[in-house]
Order: sequence, then C-alpha cells, then structure tokens
Amino acid sequence: MTKDQCKQVVLDIIADIAPDEDLSNLKPDVRLRDQLQLDSMDFLDIVMELRKRHGIEVPEADYMQLASLDSCAEYLTPKFTALGK
Amino acid sequence: MNTHTHYEVAIIGAGMSGLAAGIRLAHFGKRVCIFERHNAVGGLNGFYSIGGRKFDVGLHALTNYVRPGVKGTPLGKLLRQLRIDRDEFALCEQKRSRIAFGPRGEISLAFTNDFSVFESEVAAKFPKQIEGFRRLVETVKTHDDVSLDAKPLSAREVVRQHVTDPLLEDMLFCPLMYYGSASERDMEFGQFVIMFKALFLEGFARPLEGVRVILRVLMEKYRAAGGERRMKCGVRQIVSDGHRANALILDDGSEVTADHVISSAGGPETAALIDSNTHFQIAPSLSRSDVPAQPAGRLSYTETITVLDRQPAELGWGDDTIVFFNDSERFVYERPEDAVDVRSGVVCIPNNFAYPEGQTLPEGLFRCTCLANYDRWAYLAEPDYQAEKQRWYASIAASAKRFLPPLTPADALERATIATDMFTPRTITKFTGHAAGAIYGSPVKNRQGRTALENVYLCGTDQGFLGIIGAMLSGISMANYHILQAGK
Repeated sequence: MTKDQCKQVVLDIIADIAPDEDLSNLKPDVRLRDQLQLDSMDFLDIVMELRKRHGIEVPEADYMQLASLDSCAEYLTPKFTALGK
Repeated sequence: MNTHTHYEVAIIGAGMSGLAAGIRLAHFGKRVCIFERHNAVGGLNGFYSIGGRKFDVGLHALTNYVRPGVKGTPLGKLLRQLRIDRDEFALCEQKRSRIAFGPRGEISLAFTNDFSVFESEVAAKFPKQIEGFRRLVETVKTHDDVSLDAKPLSAREVVRQHVTDPLLEDMLFCPLMYYGSASERDMEFGQFVIMFKALFLEGFARPLEGVRVILRVLMEKYRAAGGERRMKCGVRQIVSDGHRANALILDDGSEVTADHVISSAGGPETAALIDSNTHFQIAPSLSRSDVPAQPAGRLSYTETITVLDRQPAELGWGDDTIVFFNDSERFVYERPEDAVDVRSGVVCIPNNFAYPEGQTLPEGLFRCTCLANYDRWAYLAEPDYQAEKQRWYASIAASAKRFLPPLTPADALERATIATDMFTPRTITKFTGHAAGAIYGSPVKNRQGRTALENVYLCGTDQGFLGIIGAMLSGISMANYHILQAGK
C-alpha cells in the first residue's frame, strides 16, 4: 500500500464517522483537529475502525501519530505492509 | 430463540442508554445482549397502547436540538457515535415555549430555538436584570461542563451572583429542574449548565410520531450491527465473588455469563442486584472508595394525557409547544407532602411542533406533568388508587389551564376530550423498575460509572448525563470508556 492509499483509508473512515465534515480541502501536513471538528470520541472511532476494517492495532500511546494525514501515512503504511497489504 | 449463555457484554435494560451502549459495542464486533424485563423497549422514554392509541411516556420534546451544520454539540456527537444520519430522526422544531409565573401566568418569558428571542424577552420583562443575565449566559458558555473532577458548586449561588431578582431566578430554574434535576431545591452548577445549554442555547424538537421514531432507529442500528436482545427477560441477580460479576441470574431462573456488565437499572437498583447475593456473606455490604453512595431519588412525577377530538389550535391553543408554570410567590421543587403538587408543572402540546406541510398528528394531545410523592401513591389499594387518579387528573388539568389562553366556552376542553390517561410514580416503578418512581434517579451521580464490582458499570440517568440525548451519550461514553477504549 502506498502512502496516498493509506491516506485514502483514513479519509474514508473519517467520511463515515463524521459525514457532516467537508474533507475536500484537507491539508495533509496540518493537524486534523485544527481543520475539522473532531474530538477524542472521534479519534477513538478512527482507531476502532482501523482495527475493525483492516486489522490494524493502534495502542493508546501511539494515538498522537494520527494527528495529521501525513503522520497517519508515516505511521500506518508500515503496518499495512507488515500485514501484506 | 437464541441459546447463547456467554456474552462479552451483557446490558441490563433496553432504554435509550442501554440501546446506545449496545449499538457501539455490537458495531465494534462485541458479542452483546440486552436483557429487558418489560415487553417493550424505551424504559423511561417508551410508549404504550390503550384502545388502539399510542401514547408516549417521558419524551415531551427532544432537548439539545441544533440545526444542521452546528457542530460540537451533544446531538452531533450522538449522531456520529451511533452512525445515525440526522434525517433518520426526522426532527421537527418547536413553535414556541414559555415560562409562565403568577396565579394566572401574568409574567411570561417566551423562548424558541433562537436564543435571541429569550434574551429579548428577559430584557423586556426584567430590564434591570438583563446585564446580569448576559453575564450569566457568558458564565454558562465558558463553563467546562465535561470535566469529571470539577468541584461541585451550588447553581443557586452562582446564578445569584448575576441575577438578583428572585422571580427571574426561579423562572430560569423551573424548566431546567423539571427537565432533569434529581436534586430538590438546588442543582449542581455543572448540571445547571448542561440543562441551560440543552433547553435555551440549543432547543426542542420532536419527530412527528414521537419517541417511537427514535427507538425504531436505535433498534434498527442495533440489529444491523449484530446485537441480540431478550425481552420479558429481566436480570434478577448479579452473582459475584465480591470482586467480579461471575454470572447473571435471569427472571426465569436461568443463568448467563458475561465478561462485562453494563447496567442501566439505576445506581441503588444495581447495587441491590449485586448485594442480593452477597448480603449474607459479606458485611458491611460491598463498597469501594471510588464508588459514590447513591441514595434513591425523592422526586417523582405524575403526568396526565388528554386526547382531543380536534387540533388544540381550534381551541386557541395553537402557539405553545411547552409551558413551564408556577402560581406561587416562590417556585418549590421538592417532594410534595400531598400526592401531587399542582402549584407548578409542565404542559406539553405535541401538536404544536413545526411539522412538514400536510403532516399533523391525527388527534389533539394535551399533557401535564407535576411533582408527585411516591409514598402517597405506592401503597393505595386498587379502588383507592383509581379514585385518586380521577381526582388528581381533574385538579392537575384545572391548574394547568390557567396558564394557557382562556377557553370559550369555559368547558371547551372537557367537551373536546375523547380519552384520558394518567401515569403516577407507581406506574414508573412498575414498568421501569426505578426505585420510588424517580425518573431522574439519585441526587448523587456517578460520572465514572463504577460499581462495587470491577466488571459492572452503570449507564443512564444515575451516571449523570441528562435528557434523552444525555441518556444515549451516557451509554456511549460508558461503552467507550470501560470497554472499547480500554481495549477489553
């Protein structure tokens, strides 16, 4: 999986958990929290959906790695690769 | 008929909070089952049928209503967490509500879902108080109401720092107390803030068909996510070794096991389910320092429902959605000495929401809620109970009518009435199991939801969120906090 595909995975999840947010102009290097109205409940859901849909585990200590789309891609791409995706 | 005897999570009660917790857990793959003693879902916000008519219990209006696009409020969080599209609830906004005080409702503050209406009403009726009122609103808006370890403050004391006219003070407290306070006379300021936002800064709405629509959506989500439920199958006992729940004994005597138990039965009620089997083995009864002692609530209510053969607008009652009233010099929110206290109360006219063009409720409805004393109702013999219902029905309706536009002829309401019903504190306990008919539960809340057993958690009114949106958020938060977030 490429980093761009990985970002798309995260975007798909956010689109499902926060359908009232406009995702069309997200800057990949800016914190998601600064561009969207996402609270800790929403971040929990991103983590839970990654596990449910893709079998990816994100321990609580690593939640800050999901701050922006770029950091998501850095952190998650190796995990997808390790799963052979 | 399912035959499982072990679940990852067992939920006690299929009310708003239990269903919401169940949806979260089932969505994330937990094997979960909701056990409900009654034959219908909804708990304190249910519905029932008599003579082919469906009546709502509890829900006058959904509070916390905000229009699409307003973010970061409880309604938005709830919709996201349960993956509900807001159109599914088909919410229709209130027309206008009022707080009416004085023997004939002489002083009245109108409010709508547009807060500026309320603000200008306060400015017009209490010109000397408006600056203080605005400061109070700022204090409410900036208060951190989600902090789990905020120091408890008296809401009366905080409000008096800004509002010095006792009449305005009481008029602000009346709706907030009636729509969620388990405490007599005063509220904790954090609770006041939550309610002030829910009623005044946000607002009222309702689906045309009432609470059934909301329950139908919740049930559909829960079923689609793979959740199980067993109806007419209450939990009689939580069997423990003193630290953990090992099994649940059901009403039919059978036993199931679960890794976690979430109980919406109430704080003291859940403690009783746990203590019922440890009582004789462990003394004193189970306690933990992080579990607050939750006494049963003292406040209960009665509600009359009057069905009319015409729309209330035809009687001249077409403008008010909800009216909070009080006829006395001070507003008294405490358990009455008598069976009912008719001096104050809440009128709800479900017809008066802004339903889409061409849609309307088929019959007129006029509902009145007043404070009631559980003990005065609980022990009456059946004929006396029926007679008391009749007597109080008439006196509640007569009291409430004073705060609505006068009728011509004076008996127009009676002439238009085609059916009536009334629930009492006794009805509440019978159908929901909540002790002493206390809809809002114990005055002491348990925000963390911990119980004496490490794998049993509370959700619902005794966990401490208010209103039906609060009830659902309670189930969501407890499922998140104790199970999903903990990675259990």
